[in-house]
Amino acid sequence: MIPEGRNRDQADLAGLYVHVPFCKSKCPYCDFFSVVAPDKEPAYLDAVCREAELFVADAGPFDSLYVGGGTPSSIEPRSLARLLAVTGSFLGPGSEITIELNPADVDAELLDVLHEAGVTRLSLGVQSFDDGELKKLGRRHDAHSARRAIEEIRKANFASLGLDLIQALPESNRESLRRSLRQALSFETEHLSCYSLTIAVGTPFFRLRAKGELRLPTENEVADQFEETADVLGQAGYIHYEVSNFARSKGQRSRHNLKYWHRVPYLGLGPGAHSFDGHKRFWNTRDLDEYKRAIDSGRRPLENYEELTSEQVRLETISLGMRTAEGVALSIILDKPGADEDVKRLQAEGLAVENQGRLQPTCSGYLMADGIARLLC
Amino acid sequence: MTEIRNFSIVAHIDHGKSTLADRLIQRAGLISERDFRDQILDDMDIERERGITIKSNTVSLPYKAPDGTAYELNLIDTPGHVDFTYEVSRALAACDGVLLLIDAAQGVEAQTMAHLYAALEHDLTIVPVINKIDLPAADIDMVRGQIEHDLGLDPDQAVLCSAKTGQGVDDIVAAIIERIPGPQRREDEPLSALVFDAHYDPFRGTVVSFRVVTGTLDRKQSIRFMYNGSVHEVEEIGRFRLKREPAKRLAAGDVGYLLAGIKTVSDVRIGDTITLDERPAEKPLPGFKEVKPVVFSSIYPISTDDYPSLVDALERYKLNDAALIYQKDSSVALGQGFRCGFLGLLHLEIVQERLEREFDQSIIMTMPSVRYRFVVKGGEQVVVDNPAHFPDPTRIEFSEEPYIRTNILIPERYMGAVMQLCLDRRGENSNFSYPVPGRIEINFDMPLAEVIFDFYDKLKSVTQGYGSFDYELIDYHRSDLVKLDILVNGEAVDALATMVHRDRARTRALAICERLKEEIPRQMFKIAIQGAIGSTIVARTNISPYRKDVTAKCYGGDITRKRKLLEKQKKGKRRMKMVGQVQIPQSAFVAVLKTNNDS
Repeated sequence: MIPEGRNRDQADLAGLYVHVPFCKSKCPYCDFFSVVAPDKEPAYLDAVCREAELFVADAGPFDSLYVGGGTPSSIEPRSLARLLAVTGSFLGPGSEITIELNPADVDAELLDVLHEAGVTRLSLGVQSFDDGELKKLGRRHDAHSARRAIEEIRKANFASLGLDLIQALPESNRESLRRSLRQALSFETEHLSCYSLTIAVGTPFFRLRAKGELRLPTENEVADQFEETADVLGQAGYIHYEVSNFARSKGQRSRHNLKYWHRVPYLGLGPGAHSFDGHKRFWNTRDLDEYKRAIDSGRRPLENYEELTSEQVRLETISLGMRTAEGVALSIILDKPGADEDVKRLQAEGLAVENQGRLQPTCSGYLMADGIARLLC
Repeated sequence: MTEIRNFSIVAHIDHGKSTLADRLIQRAGLISERDFRDQILDDMDIERERGITIKSNTVSLPYKAPDGTAYELNLIDTPGHVDFTYEVSRALAACDGVLLLIDAAQGVEAQTMAHLYAALEHDLTIVPVINKIDLPAADIDMVRGQIEHDLGLDPDQAVLCSAKTGQGVDDIVAAIIERIPGPQRREDEPLSALVFDAHYDPFRGTVVSFRVVTGTLDRKQSIRFMYNGSVHEVEEIGRFRLKREPAKRLAAGDVGYLLAGIKTVSDVRIGDTITLDERPAEKPLPGFKEVKPVVFSSIYPISTDDYPSLVDALERYKLNDAALIYQKDSSVALGQGFRCGFLGLLHLEIVQERLEREFDQSIIMTMPSVRYRFVVKGGEQVVVDNPAHFPDPTRIEFSEEPYIRTNILIPERYMGAVMQLCLDRRGENSNFSYPVPGRIEINFDMPLAEVIFDFYDKLKSVTQGYGSFDYELIDYHRSDLVKLDILVNGEAVDALATMVHRDRARTRALAICERLKEEIPRQMFKIAIQGAIGSTIVARTNISPYRKDVTAKCYGGDITRKRKLLEKQKKGKRRMKMVGQVQIPQSAFVAVLKTNNDS
């Protein structure tokens, strides 16, 4: 059954996500759920494998697996092998298997394990090629080790490599951004993600900014950097297929991440992981002990779930759809009285274009995706 | 028989009027030291904050003189702002004398002079009091000199005191008794009593404050208000202590209150005369005036859902403020609301603040206006106080605006600055006089519209607080009036429209556009703000759109968090007014209200 409000009409298979909530150190800008607690890894590993065995089979079939974190590469390669073996067993043939890596963790042993497990995509958290910037970001690696990691990965022949970069860094400007982009392009990777730095409440960066000790680019400069990135990568032949994501070709896009934006069902395993069954959204508890207790007693370790109203489905469909190059079917947008005026306006202002019955964001439109969603909902 | 003294304390702001009142109350033993709350008479929050008295409070202080004579010292408090000149005049009319309080360090100031004149006009005995003599900067000789030269009073008659420490308070009481004449006790004549205040008690209805001038009033008697002819049976009469203290009878000379089941204060006119229905006085006491609103503005709820709550709040507010008038109004931009009339801009601000604070309303007020007159083709005269009703310009034969005659009293050295201010505000027909050496009285004819916004503030600022200002409405003068529309993205925002003199339109439009530019947050699209007279654009500015409004990442499929953020932002948007596809926050309407003529 195709859930209402899907952004694509083909019946995609579901995605499987595994959250590895461990890091070797916390970066001062990050507000994703992770802990530095190596002693808890064995218990986590047992629990997440058990969670997979208990609940995955019913939610399939799957054609993508994404191991994210935290830092998946921070746990023992042996443990990763087990995790990939258990979860990978639920995937159909030709599935995309992605894992996030910290450049500091990349070595021959790890890459062997991943290759063996059938991983097809590596997402490498490079963030920047500037040592000063990396230091400020509190990363464990430097530019040299990033380059070394990329070269090792290239030798190991994975189907796809993607680099994560952060733009709008403190004290950054167009020039420093261009240098990082040029470095990234030199490796001709299949995929690039360029996120604008977001200062989240509760992070050390948030406190620094409050104290005035973080010299961040202005909104205009952030927008300039965004457009610069889009421009440089576009000229290098990348497709800008989502606000922060670029691929060398359509086939090199992240199949798994597209499911989030297209509202295709996915099942999340591990503490704090989110799931979507096409109607309801569920999320697991973040509390490692509680998570383990639930699994041990055979329950889904849910913290809560929500059932979406049709209004919420519409808001999700439009806000997520306008993040992607495909945009949103006009039939969905024009549901709302008066929306045709808004659509005209968005086009007149150069934020969106109509194409084959869909409203699609332009580059400036990507930058305003949330605003566009609010306007249309 | 108890002796009576009816008096008021008048002073320049901060010269210690409230503190002295407190000290006199304490002296009379009406309240124990422990229960004492500073400045008992100013009991509204706004009064305490602004240091001004809005509604006057009266208190009767019992006092036994050393010679054994019993006194009733009636302290009648007066409001202290130009908007309430009439109320002040009625309170003074109920007095026989005033304590003219002067700060020993500051000396005679603008309002000291104004109060002196008002007291002289009512033929009151004036007791100069030099206060704050405990201050290190106190200069009693300097103040004595000013009393003699500036005020023309006998400096040897000045009583020295420190209301703060209590020093000299006994001398003040003695001066009240010895110098202020007791009232005439013409008890045999028909009742005539002067209404000088009315306030609302939620349990008992309207409490009328009055002074009996002739005759007597007993409980259960039927009284008649001579202006509107309404007749009520008196339920209770009495004196104001700190609380009301019932009495059997009030007689000529007494100051007190009455309760007569009067539903709202609007049923009572300040300055009206109370008489007995059975045996009425021949004619009312002199000086009555019907107070008419001169400033008009509309009040709208921020959220249209709150309209019923605003209706209720205004009804309840009105119980205690006879000067406010209102009727239904509606706006395309703001929905259902009320067109209100006020005594002046301070009155408007007080209503606004009290509705917000005491009645918990979130409101938007539109640009204040005066009442204009238009003669349209065919000779018909149209009176307009709401820009929404501005006549079709092609049909206007001529237009007129209300003028006032100012009475400005300043030290000579500010003459140049004040002249310039008056000329900037279209003042004409000036003349000058020198009532006392070193001071100038300036009279100008000036459009009321030019003074209702911030003239008084400006005057105080150019005269460093020494300027006093009073005005009377004189007449309507011909004037070239236009309706200034404010357009947001080409759409006129009716709530921002104003009526102005043609010569002022462009400056005003520019000022409003700039204020709106500061107040309206950037939005998705460029916003054009224009000022227009008819189809002619006289001012314009743009608000550039923001460029970035997107979260970088939806991590690990947590769509819920992102959607909730959007939902929250959408909710915030609903609290703003949508005009021409632009969200205008309440603060923008407020800011425009505060946009003055000169900026």
